[in-house]
Amino acid sequence: MAHAQVQQHAAQGQQHAHVEGQQHPIGIYLKIWGLLFVLSAMSYAVDYFHFQGYLRWFLIIVFMLLKAGLIVAVFMHMMWERLALMYAILVPTLLLMVLLGIGALEADYTFFTRGVFFVRGLL
Amino acid sequence: MTQANPTSTAQTLPLAEGVQGIVADWSSDQRAFKNVPWGKAMMWIFLLSDTFIFSSFLISYMTVRMSTTEPWPNVSEVFALTLFGRKIPLILIAIMTFVLISSSGTMAMAVKFGYEKNRRMTFILLLITAALGATFVGMQAFEWTKLIVEEGVRPWANPLGAAQFGSTFFMITGFHGTHVSIGVIFLIIVAIKVIRGDLDHERPGFLTGRKGKYEIVEIMGLYWHFVDLVWVFIFAVFYLW
Repeated sequence: MAHAQVQQHAAQGQQHAHVEGQQHPIGIYLKIWGLLFVLSAMSYAVDYFHFQGYLRWFLIIVFMLLKAGLIVAVFMHMMWERLALMYAILVPTLLLMVLLGIGALEADYTFFTRGVFFVRGLL
Repeated sequence: MTQANPTSTAQTLPLAEGVQGIVADWSSDQRAFKNVPWGKAMMWIFLLSDTFIFSSFLISYMTVRMSTTEPWPNVSEVFALTLFGRKIPLILIAIMTFVLISSSGTMAMAVKFGYEKNRRMTFILLLITAALGATFVGMQAFEWTKLIVEEGVRPWANPLGAAQFGSTFFMITGFHGTHVSIGVIFLIIVAIKVIRGDLDHERPGFLTGRKGKYEIVEIMGLYWHFVDLVWVFIFAVFYLW
């Protein structure tokens, strides 16, 4: 049975060898294009209809991540790549979350000290 | 199709999948990215480093915006346009977004037609992509002119509110616009290579001397989609915040 599986894999490998590079039906690109249009229109609508507060943030970030995911996965063909490349490119970006956290902490502290400084100046 | 090199085992032996595949690929004592041309792997690594550059800009922007005690200008109104006698908020940026997304769509199709060796369609789609990119840069030039001449915003001063708005705006959109402009130039170069048949006849490139192959259209596409990707983040955090 293992032998049969290996043969099947080998057959698939040969099939891949015939196709050069990344080739996918044109329909998927058109669909993703349409979806990106809809998502952009929706994020514009968030501003146009003046959503505020946490709802605004939630919607903006969800649409942003969906659009980014679609572009990377389909337009840049990441979903068809081998995991070795996928992980090499996508995992390091998680480090940026640390920088984001440090930036937010630092900003809050700076804002606080500026507040203290300016209030003291008034007294 | 050319005959596969008999000493190359990449295509003949099945590659492991899943986590085992990652370990096998990286520990194989050969190239780690098995079925990817090295030019494409290098473009991905360049894009990863560019991701860090743009992220540093956007995170610094977040930090200065959160820490400023002066009011931030209302971005929705700053980038409004009067169309048909009506003032529409942020419409300029919305149009720019749609233009850039469209260019990404045509680029993705150019890559597809390139691998099909459809020279004419690849050429046309690459030129449309370049034209949309140039339109985007043109609109950005209009936006900058409006901000600098009419509103008097400078990288070091901003009559509309917090001075940090000027510095981060020109830095971030300027860096992105530079990327788009470089992309337009390279799109035109690749389009000329395609229509001349350099890729079909594997003519060596004038700079690198490498054989022409249709994978360069995909590598160009990766760069172009990345420019669109960065705009997604700029649009969300700079214009919609």
